[in-house]
Amino acid sequence: MTINRSSSDVIIKVTGLQKHFKGGGIKALDGIDAEIRRGEVVVIIGPSGSGKSTFLRCLNLLELPTGGTIEFEGVDITDPKTDINRHRQKMGMVFQHFNLFPHMTVLRNMTIAPMTLLKKSKAEAEEKAMALLKRVGLEDRHGAYPSQLSGGQKQRIAIVRALCMDPEVMLFDEPTSALDPEMVGEVLDVMKQLAHDGMTMAVVTHEMGFAREVGSRVIFMDNGQIIEENTPDMIFSNPQSERLKNFLAKVL
Amino acid sequence: MADWISSIQSKFILNFIEDDRWRYLLDGLVVTLELTFGALVIGIAIGIIVSIIRTTHDKTIETMRPGPGRFFLILLNAVCKIYVTVIRGIPVVVQLLIAYFIIFASSTNSLLVGTLAFGINSGAYVAEIFRGGIMSIDAGQMEAGRSLGFNYVQTMRYIIIPQAFKVVLPTLLNEFIALMKETAVVGYIALKDLTKGADIIRGRTFSPFMPLFAAALIYLVLVMFFSWLVGKLERRLRTSDH
Repeated sequence: MTINRSSSDVIIKVTGLQKHFKGGGIKALDGIDAEIRRGEVVVIIGPSGSGKSTFLRCLNLLELPTGGTIEFEGVDITDPKTDINRHRQKMGMVFQHFNLFPHMTVLRNMTIAPMTLLKKSKAEAEEKAMALLKRVGLEDRHGAYPSQLSGGQKQRIAIVRALCMDPEVMLFDEPTSALDPEMVGEVLDVMKQLAHDGMTMAVVTHEMGFAREVGSRVIFMDNGQIIEENTPDMIFSNPQSERLKNFLAKVL
Repeated sequence: MADWISSIQSKFILNFIEDDRWRYLLDGLVVTLELTFGALVIGIAIGIIVSIIRTTHDKTIETMRPGPGRFFLILLNAVCKIYVTVIRGIPVVVQLLIAYFIIFASSTNSLLVGTLAFGINSGAYVAEIFRGGIMSIDAGQMEAGRSLGFNYVQTMRYIIIPQAFKVVLPTLLNEFIALMKETAVVGYIALKDLTKGADIIRGRTFSPFMPLFAAALIYLVLVMFFSWLVGKLERRLRTSDH
């Protein structure tokens, strides 16, 4: 999992991305151009309704864009001929509401995808799952069902469930927004660890501390457009646009 | 008192022992159970297929790209909707008679025709039960499955259906119990089920009380037994809900 952070090859390239929801003619995304390079932690911030979650969900086509292209490792995944299921295997996703499978144990949550999709043996999949559980300090919970876990534990499991597929990039959709305040830290710690290990990450979050500390780049979105994009230092200490200044004044 | 007891005794002998009349009840019970389980299997098979078509249509048609697949799904969905509407809009006795005297008029196997008729009937109700179950599963479950790389069918199979099944189990039990009692009209197509068996005894002995109450008691015990069985199954499935 050690990836050379200085390498600058583009893993996701978004060009002219648009998303118009039917009815009302709302433009959730209005011409987004962005790149995510290997080993980067791109943090996407912005007011609610700015389209940041829609943008993230377009990256693995959970939301179908109505215009523009998304290239993942050089392949245009918005082309209907592309087998999106294969590409999704390499794009882990973590949701605001965890979305663990409630009818399966923690271990089964983590092994079902590698066993079914990557044809890993049970022993192999479980070995990897247990190693990941150990990394997030939850190895003793492998037999528990999701309903027996706290929110913070659920989200840590959701993160390692995605990691079981050995993804090239991890997408985080407001991973701490549904958590009680005292549990936010444990999830952010896991994400920091992951970033430290060199994982490519795209993170939609309201945690400005995380953006400043861990982000290699911060994207500020509003009204479906990217307003500003810069290093965390520049975004937080030297915002250019009025909208970003306003936003920061409210959240900091 | 002794008179009363001996009268009961002689009625019992007349209705059940003489000429081995208990066999009408036992053979009838076997027919009722065969009919119910056969129809249940057919009904669940139809119900799962129809409910998956209906929910797939309702959830994905908006975002589906135009093409033959989309057209096919719209067509299938329309067929399923008509099926559910027609079946639920006609009394089961009428359906049974139509099946026996018109659609399968050439068949002499009334058990088979009866099983098919009740199965096709039950399928429409089971489809609506399953549809409710599938729709009740949080959309995040589908998204989580798809984001891991499962295709639509795999996500349904491993993630959505097992959860939906748990949700609908009590309702499915009610449908099963209702089905078992509904089969009592199968005498219309000359099939000797439990009800018909009791009625035959009544016709022979001119003593309605014992055979009819015997049939009623057997239905009641069956329903109580299956309720208990599914209650046990439900408690086992609930281990993940602590």
